[in-house]
Amino acid sequence: MSETKVIEVAGLTKKFGDFKAVDNISFEVEKGEIFGFLGANGAGKTTAMRMLTGLSKPSSGKGKVAGFDVLKESERIKERIGYMSQKFSLYEDLTVKENIRFYGGIYGLSRQQIQTKTSHILEELNLDQVGTKLVKSLPLGWKQRLAFAVSMVHEPEIVFLDEPTGGVDPMVRRQFWEAIYQAAELGRTIFVTTHYMDEAEYCDRISIMVAGKIKALDSPDKLKDQFEAGSMDEVFLKLAR
Amino acid sequence: MNAISIQNISKNYKDTKALEDISFEVQNGQLFGLIGPDGAGKSTLFRILTTLLLADKGQAFVDGYEVVKEFREIRKRVGYMPGRFSLYQDLSVEENLSFFATIFGTTIEENYDLIRDIYVQIEPFKKRLAGNLSGGMKQKLALSCALIHKPTVLFLDEPTTGVDAVSRKEFWDMLRSLKEKNIAILVSTPYMDEAVLCDEIALIQEGRILKIDEPQSMIHQFDRPLFAVKTNDTYKLLKHLRLKPFTHSVLPFGECLHLISSERMSAADLQDQLRSEGFADVIVSKIKASIEDVFLELSHKTEGHV
Repeated sequence: MSETKVIEVAGLTKKFGDFKAVDNISFEVEKGEIFGFLGANGAGKTTAMRMLTGLSKPSSGKGKVAGFDVLKESERIKERIGYMSQKFSLYEDLTVKENIRFYGGIYGLSRQQIQTKTSHILEELNLDQVGTKLVKSLPLGWKQRLAFAVSMVHEPEIVFLDEPTGGVDPMVRRQFWEAIYQAAELGRTIFVTTHYMDEAEYCDRISIMVAGKIKALDSPDKLKDQFEAGSMDEVFLKLAR
Repeated sequence: MNAISIQNISKNYKDTKALEDISFEVQNGQLFGLIGPDGAGKSTLFRILTTLLLADKGQAFVDGYEVVKEFREIRKRVGYMPGRFSLYQDLSVEENLSFFATIFGTTIEENYDLIRDIYVQIEPFKKRLAGNLSGGMKQKLALSCALIHKPTVLFLDEPTTGVDAVSRKEFWDMLRSLKEKNIAILVSTPYMDEAVLCDEIALIQEGRILKIDEPQSMIHQFDRPLFAVKTNDTYKLLKHLRLKPFTHSVLPFGECLHLISSERMSAADLQDQLRSEGFADVIVSKIKASIEDVFLELSHKTEGHV
């Protein structure tokens, strides 16, 4: 296995009874890449992501995530990845600092490490003034960037972002993407699922799932060429119909 | 008479100003879009107009009736699809529809014409429980239920949120065909790209309306020089452009950056300059604004005043 590949899966399949939710998917993601994982509702994205994050065992196929085997080493995978979604990320009734401490603790950081991380995150996000405020009192954009920072508290190799920016302010969304660019520049791999086709265009490469299979995988530019489409929206419509 | 008339509506939740002095009109047969992010106040306005919530200040009329005194009349006449899924999950598709018809004292047969185009797409699954439908099918059923009593005004609160691109497109096609039946539609969405599908839009943020106009005329009025700048190393270029004196604003926009310049300059000159500064692959083109550019520029201005 190459050292620069952070995700490497081949023939990954998940069956529920006779139904193949994920049907023989194979792909690789490079270190520092921003990889978009797209598909319509019910295409199998969530099931695939659950296998990649060690939450669900593949029915067949093989693969490695962050250097660990998806079949045999799912617990090790969980230690080396970060996860954030719009639905679940921070505890609203804990303060900013408590959230960082909580997640730091879960990932086994020492008290000293947690302290260092906390001041680093607060400084980086300009949250010094609100460290002792409850998370629910923060504006959405701040929460989101805090959730992203917290998902990386244990310096994971990959961060999985599951529909991270639904419904948010266009400006906030851009600040969030800047944070993603910054993390990727530092060598972190970003794996994003999104419904927003325009958002897909921020990614280095995109895969599109249709009915359990990966139907397309390339850079946004090349996909648009390949499908003779003006936008990712068109590419998606051509594939999904 | 306008289908909806809103005059200086304000609403506070404790210290939060949910709506501040909102006024606009929606005509009969008009598809009016309320475009703004989460927390902009869209749902609050819907709940005031559908008589579920009282405003602190201002007046509003729906189909000629005043929302406070004549709420009963309004409730008979409007269709409302709230943001959260409004159907009974443990009733079947058909049961949901006949339930809503019965409440309004009508039958599915009586108004079938109005929902036919939409309902035929889910009719093959009419025995299925609503809870077991896909997102796109739920949305079609919810729209059928909101239409079954032949409303004159339709309120759709974020009908396409969380729904995939294919279903979103189908949904907007359906709205356009309803418009032809002279139903006024007020629809809210956080998706800026849906704005151009409306006859008229209000851009709303933090309880205030930034602008009301036809989408095309908003785009035409955008008069600052706007460039799409594209390179392989987007983040590095973004940081580079932030430091330029000519940069009014620069933001990531998908695979390129959108640069609003405070000086008139040609795309070719800008491209040459950036290439000489180490971005050998950079491509600069002058572009027309999208509604999202308009929104970002307007919210930029608003922040400037604070």
